[in-house]
Amino acid sequence: MSETFVAAPDGGPDGPGPLARLTARCREILGPDAVITDPVRLRTYECDGLTYHRATPGLVVLPESAEQIAAIVRACNEYGVPFVARGSGTGLSGGALPRSDGVLIVTSRMRRILSIDLASRRAVVEPGVTNLAITEAVRDRGFYYAPDPSSQQVCSIGGNVAENSGGAHCLKYGFTVNHVEACEIVTPDGDIVELDRMDAGYDLLGAFVGSEGTLGIATKITVRLSVTPEAVCTLLAAFPDVESGGRAVSAIIGAGVVPAAIEMMDALAIEAAEAAVACGYPPGAGAVLVVELDGPLAAVEQEYAQVERLCRENGAFELRVAKDADERAAIWKGRKSAFAAVGRISPAYIVQDGVVPRTALPGVLAAIDELSREYGIRVANVFHAGDGNLHPLVLFDDEEEGAGERAAEVSGRILDLCIRHGGSITGEHGVGVDKARYMTRMFSDQDLDTMQLVRCAFDPRNLSNPGKVFPTPRLCGEAPGVRKGVHPLVEAGKAELF
Amino acid sequence: MAAQPGEALAATGVTIRDAGPDDDVAGVKPRWVALPESTEEIAAVLRTASEHGLAVVPVGGGTKLHWGRPPERCDVLLDTCCLNQVLEHAAGDLVVRVQAGVTMGALAEILAREGQELALDVPDPEATVGGTLAAAVAGPRRLRYGTARDLLIGATVVLADGTIAKSGGKVVKNVAGYDLGKLFTGSYGTLGVIAEAAFRLHPLPADRRWVTATYPIARERVDGHGERRFVNDFPVDPLQVIGPVATSVAEPSAIEIDWPEVMFGPFTVAVLVEGAAAEARAQAVRGLLEAHGAAADVSAEPPPWWGRLPGDEFLVEIRVPPGEIGTAMAEVSSAATGDIRARGSAASAVLHVALPADIAPERAEHFVADVRAGVENAGGRVIVLAAPEEIARRLDRWGKVGALGLMRRVKERFDPGRIMAPGRFPGGI
Repeated sequence: MSETFVAAPDGGPDGPGPLARLTARCREILGPDAVITDPVRLRTYECDGLTYHRATPGLVVLPESAEQIAAIVRACNEYGVPFVARGSGTGLSGGALPRSDGVLIVTSRMRRILSIDLASRRAVVEPGVTNLAITEAVRDRGFYYAPDPSSQQVCSIGGNVAENSGGAHCLKYGFTVNHVEACEIVTPDGDIVELDRMDAGYDLLGAFVGSEGTLGIATKITVRLSVTPEAVCTLLAAFPDVESGGRAVSAIIGAGVVPAAIEMMDALAIEAAEAAVACGYPPGAGAVLVVELDGPLAAVEQEYAQVERLCRENGAFELRVAKDADERAAIWKGRKSAFAAVGRISPAYIVQDGVVPRTALPGVLAAIDELSREYGIRVANVFHAGDGNLHPLVLFDDEEEGAGERAAEVSGRILDLCIRHGGSITGEHGVGVDKARYMTRMFSDQDLDTMQLVRCAFDPRNLSNPGKVFPTPRLCGEAPGVRKGVHPLVEAGKAELF
Repeated sequence: MAAQPGEALAATGVTIRDAGPDDDVAGVKPRWVALPESTEEIAAVLRTASEHGLAVVPVGGGTKLHWGRPPERCDVLLDTCCLNQVLEHAAGDLVVRVQAGVTMGALAEILAREGQELALDVPDPEATVGGTLAAAVAGPRRLRYGTARDLLIGATVVLADGTIAKSGGKVVKNVAGYDLGKLFTGSYGTLGVIAEAAFRLHPLPADRRWVTATYPIARERVDGHGERRFVNDFPVDPLQVIGPVATSVAEPSAIEIDWPEVMFGPFTVAVLVEGAAAEARAQAVRGLLEAHGAAADVSAEPPPWWGRLPGDEFLVEIRVPPGEIGTAMAEVSSAATGDIRARGSAASAVLHVALPADIAPERAEHFVADVRAGVENAGGRVIVLAAPEEIARRLDRWGKVGALGLMRRVKERFDPGRIMAPGRFPGGI
């Protein structure tokens, strides 16, 4: 566990410094019950879904409107206090890791669905609304919200916008950025501004979505609603090994079929899922594929016949098709429980998120296997096979001396493999605080300096979620190329990660 | 630095020629044309231009060079025609990486050999990848596949000071770092030069069907003086035709509208379904279109106007929330005088309106102002893409832009010397 910031430099909310002045101002803006300073309650916000980075926030506020957030952000500017926005705190890269010298702005009291316009296939929601709540509000009328991160029951749409969340079905339907039409944001200066896909000018909306809270806070989000497909067909195929499963995936994509999802699990991941939820996957499988087809019934029927044939031709020894929603849920249960399930077969584990070109999967999996042997660390593989998004689960025993370090090294070397194969260090979990130090392996100084230009345009004072995404942010007045050494967060991350 | 600008440009080693009469950018004549052959050569040209304060306008196929405001000044036309290599077509990954000067037509041909396509319909196959991105052009299938920014997965750009920067990569799923590609998409050359781009591809559909039907907008009425006249009261509400198709489980890829005479003439709706079971799905769409009393045709060929702009000299783009397509059409129809045609992506609620180039400037001004008032009131935007010079001077090209202040700040950071296509963009950017 790492405590990234040990103590508030100015004595916290009760001290004499800027945080105390901000606290007083926030009480004026929000009223006392929306301002949290009690140390015990503050600690409940010390991490997001990535629990090994922890920092107790200097102050937590629970605003109810964009105007309140704007007022808080303006006060942050006045006192030079950094702010971090947080939705439900389910992120897996430490993107919502608070700062002990800053304020955590939590959107949990902004949970209204403001309007639903089915003629325009749009909904306008507040940032604290959960991803699934949008679908639930329109499901009866034949619509849904397409991006479906596995935390969709609890994760907030504001967090989805910050992280550009994906999900199992983004192979066919794309990511959050493809489904957001407009955002009202509070800029890091404290202005309320509309970013709309319809506007002439720069696509600032496209730059904002996925900026991990570093360009401001979304306070109102217009999402596109999709039409519930006529038919859904979920297929479970068991293969003797990962290689044959991989060949089936290539054959399906090569045949021109675009499934809604193609997921793969290897033997170790299956073992964990069986232990956790008894998902009843075919015994003896070295790999299973979950393929979901959706769309017009006639199209799904044709595509199903193709997929079934291609699976069998590539060595599938058992195929199951879900006949109804319950059977579909049973097939997905194993896959969706996989992350947590490895807890049953290992005392501790790291969830990695990397991407490789899909055709590089066999080579990369073989290399991961080799790493696993070399370090004596088991790696379970769960992945979105259709788009080459790997989620290796690096398993270790935290009681065992040095195992954590070895696991972290394996995890890092998997990212190097992804980069070497032309992939990415993150497909959907984000960079956050966790992977900021890997950015220099994927991008040149010039690339990162250019991205900084965007940040400096939005946030010249570096107050909006500072320390996330970028490894060594230079001050906005500095000339490119002048760097201020290693950022303390990175240093802390390097030294204290496990 | 002591050298004259012309000498300095020549010293870069990049092919430079004197500009000719055909090199105008929306009426502004450059002095030189630079023909870089690599990303590094683009950087060399821009670095030199920066040092000498030369204004640069990038150009690809030149098919939309008259779009946007004329630049305040243009010293160097940076022509990407020599950057015409497909760098990598990873067919198994459904990804392609290209230089900016590749034409959309040439790219389509190469991809088709592997049974794939970039699902971005452009009106002119001579347009380059770079130009298509810079002007954010999209066609009918934006309904299913989104626009250029949705299909772009990586970009290499060159900034005014010669910095070469990339973002994204060559994998579809990637959230590492800011998405500079999206920022440059639709930037009209004002932030820098797009040098390379990577796109996600789709398999060419096995089968396609177009379903078309035509609906009247006007009725003959007898007015208070006993005279018979036409009233454009839309007896068939366009939204009632388009909405059910857009939300139908037949999963159409595009729903287009062609409306050659907006004052009283009928409009034609054409729906594309593609992929598995296209015929069965087309028949379902046909049923929906015929529910409004029109006969619908199903064909394996597109209508002749499919994917083309209704005109090019004086072209206005209307964007509305999809539920307001009927409102947009009513505004256009009632503001229209004379020969005005419209065409567009009905379900995505983007309508292109072509006005005659010889229209009286004050009439043009009224038309744009009237339509804009109604459309902005319905939550939409009216943008003048291209207009004859004399008319353009009188028009507000962009209408409402929500985040102009932030856009200016982005421009200042990327191009502090204002050498990249200065003045082409909203707010004088």
